[in-house]
Amino acid sequence: MRRFQLSGKSSQRSRSQEIPLRLELRGITKRFGDLVANDHIDITVEPGEVHALLGENGAGKSTLMNQLYGLLQPDEGEILVDGEPKVFRSPRDAIAAGIGMVHQHFMLVPVFTVAENIALGAEEVRGGPLGWLDRRRNKRDVLETSKRYGLPVDPDALVENLPVGAQQRVEIVKALTRDVDLLILDEPTAVLTPQETDELLAVMRSLADTGKSIVFITHKLREVKAIADRITVIRRGRTVGVATPDTSEDELAALMVGRDVSLEVTKTPADPGREVLKVSGLIVDDDRGVRAVDNVDLVVRSGEVLGIAGVQGNGQTELVEAIMGLRPPRAGAITLEEKSLAGRTTKQVLRAGVGYVPEDRSLDGVVKDFTVAENLVLDLYDRAPFGNGFKLNPKAIDESARERVTQFDIRTSSPQSTVGTLSGGNQQKVVVAREMSRPLKLLVASQPTRGVDVGSIEFIHNQIIHERDVGTAVLVVSSELDEVVGLADRIAVMYRGRILAVVSPDMPREEIGLLMAGVVTPEAEDTE
Amino acid sequence: MTTEAPPKKEEPKKEEESFLSLFVHNLWSANTVTVTFLSILLALVIGAVLIVVSDSEVLATFSYFTARPSDALTASWDLISRAYADLFKGAIFDPAAVSAWFNGTGDWQTALNPLSETLTYAAPLVFTGLSVALAFRGGLFNIGGQGQAVIGCVTAGVAGFAIGLPAGLHLVVALAAGLIGGALWGFVPGLLKARTGAHEVITTIMLNYTATLFLGWLILQNGVQDPDRTDAISKTIDSTAGLPALPAPLRVHFGIVLAVLVTAGVAWLVNRSSFGFELRAVGVNPPAAKTAGMSVGRTYIMLMVVAGGLAGLGGATQVLGTADRLTDQVAGNIGFDGLLVALLGRNKPWGTLFAAILYGGLRAGGNLMQVDVGISLELVTVLQALIVIFIAAPALVKAIFQLRDARTARLGASMAKGW
Repeated sequence: MRRFQLSGKSSQRSRSQEIPLRLELRGITKRFGDLVANDHIDITVEPGEVHALLGENGAGKSTLMNQLYGLLQPDEGEILVDGEPKVFRSPRDAIAAGIGMVHQHFMLVPVFTVAENIALGAEEVRGGPLGWLDRRRNKRDVLETSKRYGLPVDPDALVENLPVGAQQRVEIVKALTRDVDLLILDEPTAVLTPQETDELLAVMRSLADTGKSIVFITHKLREVKAIADRITVIRRGRTVGVATPDTSEDELAALMVGRDVSLEVTKTPADPGREVLKVSGLIVDDDRGVRAVDNVDLVVRSGEVLGIAGVQGNGQTELVEAIMGLRPPRAGAITLEEKSLAGRTTKQVLRAGVGYVPEDRSLDGVVKDFTVAENLVLDLYDRAPFGNGFKLNPKAIDESARERVTQFDIRTSSPQSTVGTLSGGNQQKVVVAREMSRPLKLLVASQPTRGVDVGSIEFIHNQIIHERDVGTAVLVVSSELDEVVGLADRIAVMYRGRILAVVSPDMPREEIGLLMAGVVTPEAEDTE
Repeated sequence: MTTEAPPKKEEPKKEEESFLSLFVHNLWSANTVTVTFLSILLALVIGAVLIVVSDSEVLATFSYFTARPSDALTASWDLISRAYADLFKGAIFDPAAVSAWFNGTGDWQTALNPLSETLTYAAPLVFTGLSVALAFRGGLFNIGGQGQAVIGCVTAGVAGFAIGLPAGLHLVVALAAGLIGGALWGFVPGLLKARTGAHEVITTIMLNYTATLFLGWLILQNGVQDPDRTDAISKTIDSTAGLPALPAPLRVHFGIVLAVLVTAGVAWLVNRSSFGFELRAVGVNPPAAKTAGMSVGRTYIMLMVVAGGLAGLGGATQVLGTADRLTDQVAGNIGFDGLLVALLGRNKPWGTLFAAILYGGLRAGGNLMQVDVGISLELVTVLQALIVIFIAAPALVKAIFQLRDARTARLGASMAKGW
């Protein structure tokens, strides 16, 4: 039987590895006030199965998994492990029952080594409760697990020095050393390069082959089709279907959203005009003083979309902040229609005709405690007709808000609702509506659809293309390669602060993926 | 409406919220009017216990409590009811004096005196409270209300006796001097915060000391010190610069009217002005304000100037209305009490006004309580402190009164992650 030994070797369960785990969730219901986050959800995960949980942001996937992992308690329904009902009061109970979880945001201590991180919470101790840590034993355990499952990690490396993909491996090894038989992976590919994603999918498959079950939470259809044995689609807290990987992407998307959506961005060929944004020799340091943007040259023309592809953290953020006057560059020139933007404040850059959709919506994009109407004038509150620099004109602000809410299909009960009560997609529409309500020469959109539901993604993409078609120069930065390929007329691939190549969106995905990982192929070098 | 995951999971950013913003959030969402009233009630209950414990005669009756409990209970009840009755009579009105006025046996001054005292104490607190509340709305902890008020006292006071001007104009000039003095004292920490990131809590506390010591030095200087006196006291402020009493024999002065007008002005500033929009945006989300093109540093400076000016005006009200000269204690504790008043008023302008009046009432009633029943004025300080403690810990009040918990659990909820 599954029993968790609290004393002594706390991580070693006296249970043979060969008994696979069968998980059943029956009628799980979770309410938050009036909101039903999970509405009688039934899911069965068979031993050795990769079970994908597909749904939009806010569909209730994470809530469901938090109940399974003991972070939340269901209001109704039961969790059965091997046919036996279980109550998980905390993650400890879940781990004891053989369930592990790798969070979307890693739970690692950056200044600890890999081995220390893995030991954390289940330390090997010698000499009783007040004894010392058995580091050697700990390291051996890490190496053993790492070898058994083919997940190479260096036990002595500091976590902060590891790339994201390796950190994720540490998280997985951490779960596996606790002898879990069912592993929940919450949006594991969000931070990975295409190559790292492929590696992760291979690891998932080999884990499943050893009899572990995997619950894979995602909203990326491509990955689901590549790896899942079965797919459960959740929409608005309910199970809306169980599909197999044979189901087409369009069908899966329709299940997720509840209506037919077009995943492809439809657009006409670009008609590039004059140079609007010109960046040359730009060098920018990040907050720690480390070079983030290293001698970048870029040109964005009117009527075209330049996409910047790259794994997050390769200098895209700093590049955009430098353009927007939010971060002073070390060297180099930025010009907007041949006028230098050097030394201008953000307000001056915005007023010069630049629209900006920041990458971190909840931090930089909206003020959550403000109303929709207030957020829509966050940049123009001191300009006519919304104000005169001294006092606001609430009537004009409200009228304009009503117009924008309709025009940009912002789903809110009223323009006077606070933005924090809106879904991620609708918050993003508020940002997009605000930035596109001014006459623009240049639109800078960073991660324009991160954390946005599929329905809103389509809308926001169309708005961006519409902006291009009226002659605005558009710079799109995204770590989602699909998004860049779909929107861009030209793609600049950024790696470690440099633009490695500017390629056409027709280039094969694999090659762009290699560029994103810093591998320059001869073909890529030839383009442009 | 779309279905949403619980806030905790949906918004990972929430976990990074500073303790300060969580505190403010809880203060607003959880601290309903009910909790405020219950806090006052709880404070009075605990105060009653203290009254009994601190009275030796009543305490003596408890020594034979088991033999004759009625003695102890009666004595306690008498003492508590007298004390609190005095608190009421001293702060609002004395029914006996009011009926005497109506019967023609007493005068109106006696009947209205309690209210006059309450409003006299309240007037400067409104300004210092607004100073703290406004800074708070912009995300700054203005601990420097005391120093700014002291400087306001000094500049207004000096303008009050050093320059000769016709009545009316002199008052305006003196008030303006108080405003400007406080504003300068607020400008310094604002500038330091904007330019160097120096935390305003530290700098304003230091400037409190500086201001108090400066006042202590200044009133001993020639030209400031009263030539007929050897102790630390300044010349008397010209009557042309004094805030007129309303009406004459009572102590209450025009300062309270000014306080109401300024409260209305601050309410307008916060909600209807461009600057108010900026300060609210900077207060809740500085990065978003910066991204939208606002200058966070400039907003901080402006905010501290305005907050300092308000506190300075509080000092001016004190010195031109209540006191008539500068002493080293002229500002009393109005700056620090302003912090508590702002907290009690939940950082809203009108709330702050009412909180200041409540504080003024406690102070005025406390005086009578001390004279009549012999209970130390310190009890009032204890009551004020208890009220603030309960306001700051709404969960405690809710637990005591078994209220349904609203949204106070988030401090703990975000820690429940990991293995």
